[in-house]
This record gives sequence, C-alpha cells and structure tokens, in this order.
Amino acid sequence: MTRETAIKAENLSLTFQTNDGPVHALKDVSLDINKGDFVSFIGPSGCGKTTFLRCMADLEQPTGGSITVNGVSAREARKSRAYGYVFQHAGLYPWRTIGKNIRLPLEIMGYPKADQDARIKRVLELVELDGFDKKFPWQLSGGMQQRASIARALAFDADILLMDEPFGALDEIVRDHLNEQLLKLWAKTQKTIAFVTHSIPEAVYLSTKIVVMSPRPGRISDVIENPLPVDRPLDIRDTQAFLDVAHRVREGLRAGHSYD
Amino acid sequence: MTKTALSVLTVLAAIVVTWYLAVAPMNIRVALDQAERAGGAIDPPSAVERREMSNWVLMAKNRDYISEGYNLERPRLPTPKQVAQELWKTTGAMVLKGRTWSKRSLIYHGWITLQSTFWGFLLGTTIGIIGAVAIVQSRVIEMSVMPWAIISQAIPIVALAPMIIVLSSQVGIEGRGFPKALISSYLCFFPVLVGMVKGLRSPTSEQLDLLKTYSASGVQRFLKLRVPASLPYLFTSLKIGIAAALVGAIVGELPTGAISGLGARILIGDQFGTPLAIWAALFAAAILAGVLVTLLDRTQQVLLRRMGMRS
Ligand SMILES: Nc1ncnc2c1ncn2[C@@H]1O[C@H](COP(=O)(O)OP(=O)(O)OP(=O)(O)O)[C@@H](O)[C@H]1O
Ligand SMILES: [Mg+2]
Repeated sequence: MTRETAIKAENLSLTFQTNDGPVHALKDVSLDINKGDFVSFIGPSGCGKTTFLRCMADLEQPTGGSITVNGVSAREARKSRAYGYVFQHAGLYPWRTIGKNIRLPLEIMGYPKADQDARIKRVLELVELDGFDKKFPWQLSGGMQQRASIARALAFDADILLMDEPFGALDEIVRDHLNEQLLKLWAKTQKTIAFVTHSIPEAVYLSTKIVVMSPRPGRISDVIENPLPVDRPLDIRDTQAFLDVAHRVREGLRAGHSYD
Repeated sequence: MTKTALSVLTVLAAIVVTWYLAVAPMNIRVALDQAERAGGAIDPPSAVERREMSNWVLMAKNRDYISEGYNLERPRLPTPKQVAQELWKTTGAMVLKGRTWSKRSLIYHGWITLQSTFWGFLLGTTIGIIGAVAIVQSRVIEMSVMPWAIISQAIPIVALAPMIIVLSSQVGIEGRGFPKALISSYLCFFPVLVGMVKGLRSPTSEQLDLLKTYSASGVQRFLKLRVPASLPYLFTSLKIGIAAALVGAIVGELPTGAISGLGARILIGDQFGTPLAIWAALFAAAILAGVLVTLLDRTQQVLLRRMGMRS
C-alpha cells in the first residue's frame, strides 16, 4: 500500500546568523512523512526539533533545501490552514477565557457561531476541561493550560497536527492519560501528527515512526519504523517488543551525543 | 489595608509638619516689616539693614515675632490652615451662599478649566491613538512622525501658548475655548502616543506566530491581538495624559487676557499680590487632577478585571 506524502523535506538546512556567528540549527535534513503517520522527534536540547517543526509551519524560512506540505509549499499550506500547531509554551491569550481562546481560530477562520459552540464543547471534553471554559488562563495550572492549547489546535479541521513538546509540563499520570487520548484521536481522525518529545517511552508508545536527531549541526541521526501494532493499550509498554524499540532509540540518542 | 492607610497618613503628616516649620523662616521678613509699621521694637530696626541678614539670624534676634508669620494677610508662604480656609471660602462657603457660579468662586473657575481639559484630553488622546496606530502599521510613518512628536515636546509650552492664542484669534476663532483645548491636547497627546505604541507592540512573537498559523489577516491581527494587548498600556498613558491635559489647560489660561479658569486665578493672584488666591487655585488644580486620575484608575480596574487581568 503506497500512501500520499504529507510532509516532505529534502536537504533542508537552516542557519541562524547570530552575533556569535552562524548557528546551524538544521543541516541537510531529509524526511518523508506519509499521510496518517504519527512521527515523533526526539533528541537533546538544541538539536533543531522546534526549528524543524517551525519550517513545516512556515514560521521559519529555510536557508537551503526544500520542504513541501500536502504537496505544496509550506507557505501555501499555511495559507490554506492545513495544520494546527501546539507551541512549546501554551501561549493562551491572557485576556481571553479558555473558551474564548479556543474560539479564536474558529472566529478567524469564519466558522458559524453555532458550530463554534459545538466544537468548543467537544474539544474541551476531549482534553477533560469541561466546565473550565469561563475561566481565565491564570486560573488554571500549567498542565491545564497546555491541554487548553491542544484543544485550541484540535478545534478546527486541519489534517496535520504539529505538536512541540505538548506534554512536557504534565505529570506522569495525566501524561499517560493524554497519550492514550491522543492515540484514540489520531486513530479516529486519521490526522498526520508530528510530535516533539524528550521522553523515549512517549515516543515509542505514540508513534509509527521515530526520528532521532542530534545537535551541532542539527541533523537526523536515525529514523526508526515502529513495529508495534496500531492498537496499543498502555501496558504494551511492559512488553519485550516495546523495550526493544526503546533500546534502539536510546542507542540512537547516545550515538548522536558522542562528544568528539 | 490599615497599613497602607497608616503609611499614607504618615507621609501626609510629615508634609504638613515640614510645611508648618517652613512658614517661620519664609515669612519672618514680611512679619518684621509689618511689625515695624505697627511700631514694634525690632532688631535691627531698619528694613535696609535686615536685607543683609539671613532668615535664621532674624528669627534668632526676634523670637517674639516668629508667631506673627503664621497670621499674615499676604504671607510669602501661607500656612496649611490659611490655604484650607481660603479654599473653603471660595468653594463650599460660596455654595452655601448660593453663589456657586460667581466670578469669585473656584468652582466656577475649576469648571472652566475642566471643560478645556476635557476637550484637550479628547483631542489629545484621539491624536495620540491614531498616531500610534499609524506608527505601528508602517515603519515609514514611524520614521517620519516620531522625531516631530519628540521635538514637539522639547518646545516649552509656555512659549508656545501665547502664539497659539494669537494665531487662533488671527484666523478668526472667537474666545479662548479652542486655543486652550489645543494647548491642552499638545501636552496630552504625547504620553498617549508613546504608551499606545508600546502597547500595540507588546504582543510576543509567540502570540503573533499563533495568528500566523491561522493565516489571520492584518485587520484580524490588529483587532484580536494588538488592541486587547494594548489596553493596560492605554490606561496607564491616559492617566498621565489627563494630568498633562489639565496642566495644558492651566497654561492656556496664563497669557494675559484670560479672566476665568484656575490659570487666570493664579495669574491674577500674582498681579494683585494675593498669595492666598494663588495657593487656593493651585490646590484646586491639584485636587482636580487627583479626582480625574482616580476616576480613570477605577475605570481601568473595573475594565481590566472584566478582561481577566489581575492588575
Ligand atoms: N531565532 C533564533 N535565532 C538564533 N538561533 C536560534 C533561533 N531559534 C533557534 N536557534 C538555535 O537553533 C538551535 C536549535 O534550536 P531549537 O529551538 O530548534 O532546538 P530544540 O531541539 O527545539 O531544543 P529544545 O528541546 O530545548 O526545545 C539552537 O542552537 C538554538 O540556539
Ligand atoms: Mg524546542
């Protein structure tokens, strides 16, 4: 079965010019993400995960190579609202309630009022924040704010979801729960998901494909096709197959970390 | 709550005490001159000799006359009590006598000044906000407008005020109302402009990126992000702006010819040598400024709380 390509990066490079000289955030990165893939990006801090995601989102302009999203340029994809983006920090607007924050993309994209209300209700339930729509961001814990920002990215119909460490600030239990929810959502909606994480178990549990990155210059050091079945109960994490994949990821990370 | 009240009262008490203490050296010469005319025994007896001596020496040599300084009709520095009495005489007492709008009532003069302040504030904030919006929209406008805005504030308004009044009568504008509002807005627009530029630019790059991922239009970005983010800044600058507008209105009443308004009272008090009138007008202006700023402050608190902001 051949599937359509959702995101395609070819020899993608991005060099930031800083006062301390050039920083090679990405160098010759090539990667294919198919429609319906769940791809995790893992790697040490500063290896260019966020930068890569921002290139896909047309928030950063590559200095070399090319990137296409849904077969068109990243810019055209952004203009056609092809993706939802969850930032590393929740980034809710402090003057809007949780409900109004989720309404923001719907207002901008011109969804009808009744549809907006229904969608807000649905995504709030999905991230288990029902009843919090009238609260302001500062009245919520950091983890709840992060969930609200996920709900905001899920509220509108985009078939790609770009998530930058969305669960980094959450405790283990909530994280497990949201991982499960995210898998269900992914199975149900057939979205293509690019997901940045620092957690090996999280990457192995969620993804169909794990991209291991290494820093200075930021590049891909390993791409691991996850052999685990699509149907994954939480306790799959205790099986030998799971531990084998996790081991490979750890090896990849270690190789990238070598200080030569 | 009681702690803040206590510290506020302490500062107030310190000011009043310092004021009372300052009255003695400030008024000693006037007190001695007056005593000399009344035939009192003063050391040294002639005003010419006294001119060479410091206030402290005069006080030390004429201890009995120090208290006279607290009861002068035309003091250099009136006591707080005298100012309070004069204020009451020209406000509350006038109301009781049914002469609220008489030419001797500070309520009448305050109202005149307040009207100019209001129009100046309205004009000034409008100019300030429109200017800020234009500056934030375009780099070119910023580079061509901002230097002039800064230069405008370097010109002393006292020098400019008479010219504005003369020019506006030249082009056939009757009365003081319009030029006064113009002078007032001249002082008022600048803090609003600067504050609003800062406020409209306050959204973080992450907040801006979010709208970019939605492919939001420029108008949407302005209305849904820049404007709400600027509101706390707007109120801060409105509070400075209204105080500046009041100062502008008073300055607009200073040039010769004005007969009503707090500024005119200050000027007339100076010309006729009635310091109490000056001080009463000064305090009326200060109280007016305090009331206006407090009103804006309350509005700000109610509005920002409704917007979920904690300040
Ligand atoms: N706007 C920028 N200007 C200059 N350098 C930048 C900029 N953004 C990122 N960098 C640099 O690019 C490199 C990659 O940054 P990036 O944010 O992509 O890392 P990351 O993998 O997301 O790290 P983390 O796990 O800490 O979030 C870093 O060395 C960083 O300092
Ligand atoms: Mg990052």
